[in-house]
Amino acid sequence: MSTTTFNPSRSGFSVGEYITCLTGIVWREGLRFLHQRERFVSALVRPLVWLFIFAAGFRQVLGISIIPPYETYILYEVYIAPGLMAMIQLFNGMQSSLSMVYDREMGNMRTLLVSPLPRWYLLFCKLLAGTAVSVLQVYAFLVIAWFWDITPPPIGYLTVLPALILSGLMLGALGMLISSGIKQLENFAGVMNFVIFPMFFASSALYPLWRVEEGSPWLAYVCEANPFTHAVELIRFALYGKINWISLAVVAGCTAAFMIGAILAYDPSRGFVRRAPGGET
Amino acid sequence: MSANKFVATCISTSLAGALWLAPTAPVSAFVAYISNEKGNTVSVIDTDSWTVTKTIKVGQRPRGIEFTRDGKFVMVAVGDDDTIQLIDTKTQEVTDTLPSGPDPELFTQDAAGKTLYVANENDNTVTVIDLQKRARIGDVQVGVEPEGMTVSPDGKFLICTSETTNMAHFIDTGTRQIVANVLVDARPRFAEFKQDGSELWVSAEIGGTVSIIDPAKREVTGKIKFAIPGLRSEAIQPVGISITKDGKTGFVALGPANRVAVVDATSHEVKKYLLVGQRVWHLAFTPDEKYLMVTNGVSNDVSVIDVAAQKVIKTIQVGELPWGITIAQP
Repeated sequence: MSTTTFNPSRSGFSVGEYITCLTGIVWREGLRFLHQRERFVSALVRPLVWLFIFAAGFRQVLGISIIPPYETYILYEVYIAPGLMAMIQLFNGMQSSLSMVYDREMGNMRTLLVSPLPRWYLLFCKLLAGTAVSVLQVYAFLVIAWFWDITPPPIGYLTVLPALILSGLMLGALGMLISSGIKQLENFAGVMNFVIFPMFFASSALYPLWRVEEGSPWLAYVCEANPFTHAVELIRFALYGKINWISLAVVAGCTAAFMIGAILAYDPSRGFVRRAPGGET
Repeated sequence: MSANKFVATCISTSLAGALWLAPTAPVSAFVAYISNEKGNTVSVIDTDSWTVTKTIKVGQRPRGIEFTRDGKFVMVAVGDDDTIQLIDTKTQEVTDTLPSGPDPELFTQDAAGKTLYVANENDNTVTVIDLQKRARIGDVQVGVEPEGMTVSPDGKFLICTSETTNMAHFIDTGTRQIVANVLVDARPRFAEFKQDGSELWVSAEIGGTVSIIDPAKREVTGKIKFAIPGLRSEAIQPVGISITKDGKTGFVALGPANRVAVVDATSHEVKKYLLVGQRVWHLAFTPDEKYLMVTNGVSNDVSVIDVAAQKVIKTIQVGELPWGITIAQP
């Protein structure tokens, strides 16, 4: 953290101070990520299991209809790749908010909270740090997927980056918003069940929406309202150098909404969490 | 920079990045004609925009389709009308017909574009047509259900495969006599020479193989076999064949396997299977060999393969049951 003496009469901070704070938080998140190799491995293994095992069984199921952004018939593994990329980010977003619950339990968060910089900025830095980690994980996945014949156009690897940043921010902000309401680590498992699984399955990650609609139009509406669907579609289009404007709007809107929600929730004077008088969060 | 500004910059840079689109490079401008067997039409595709620019009404059951060597006409065999129609490539309308036997299916022409050889599926003959006079000048009796037709690069032999007799007939183009019969696997559909004349490839739809024939010895010297994980072997039915001019790579359409096999034409090993539409039938290179287009009969579309990258890049809707394809300079 910055060692600059805090002068209460000063109204703002220099850009340098903001950057020091940002690098500090990103660095810590990076270190934590590096030191937890199992986390990196598990973050990779999860989508790869889906890709290698789940998709293998469904290989022949798809390839009967061409939907944008694809311009020809594709195998199932090519279809689910963007969904799995978003899944990495979903888990990462939830996991980094899990780490906030952990920090709060362990008291590490106090170190962060004594920073004189505005609370919203601290949260945003934390979010950026988590997103950076998730983007790295996604690229590692893409490298392995390349050997599995998931070969988007080379330019796609570049155009997908902004989509990954935006969807990473959205899912991270959602995690943060949820974590503000959780007091203990134990409660988090429930969130996993109630947030991650429904979000992942009721989306276009595993099946195209027209397929879902065939089975149940009602479920298709749910999928369409699910911000995760739009994160997946945003990534899917970006991976092929295209933009899905609706998804972009939904993801950008949700990112803003979740972020504002998280900032409000973590605001000590307003937070959603009830505090004991005189006590700490 | 204030903190707000910083955040705003972060978000706007990421959004601006998203707006950056991959440029689409303009390429060759050829024109492809596709015969739609059930739709009784011919679809015209511009290979620059990869769109159907015109659909031409033709006779019944159009199958074999080819440009004349001068590029002025597209010939299309309309089997149920027992004739070959000529489409003027300028007006894109049917202007004349050629006299074939009953139910013409596939045909081929000599290098000079003077003589046309037509396989008539129903009467076991090959009709020889003088293209300049547009007149029938002879017939050759062959096996039952003739289909695959090709002329050797030196022009000396015409190859005709008969679907039911399971043979590739070598016909001397001078005497119009069968000089050799080579037995291949069940239901031979198509024959293609390597440009240097060193090999003749014959696909067998039911046999599921491509036989490699040495044209000098007139015997089968090898076989290309196909296996796609997760697919029954009966689903693999080789039909159309295209070999690059350098003789290094062959492409074989595998019918209901919905795949095109990429074959190393030297070792005769399958290198890759490319997923295309349903029941892939015939294929054709663009003249620069940059792209290979294939017809998908059941899904009513045409897939475009980037030859160098060995990747399917696009699939375009055409008429009902696309069968044959020919590509040339407009």
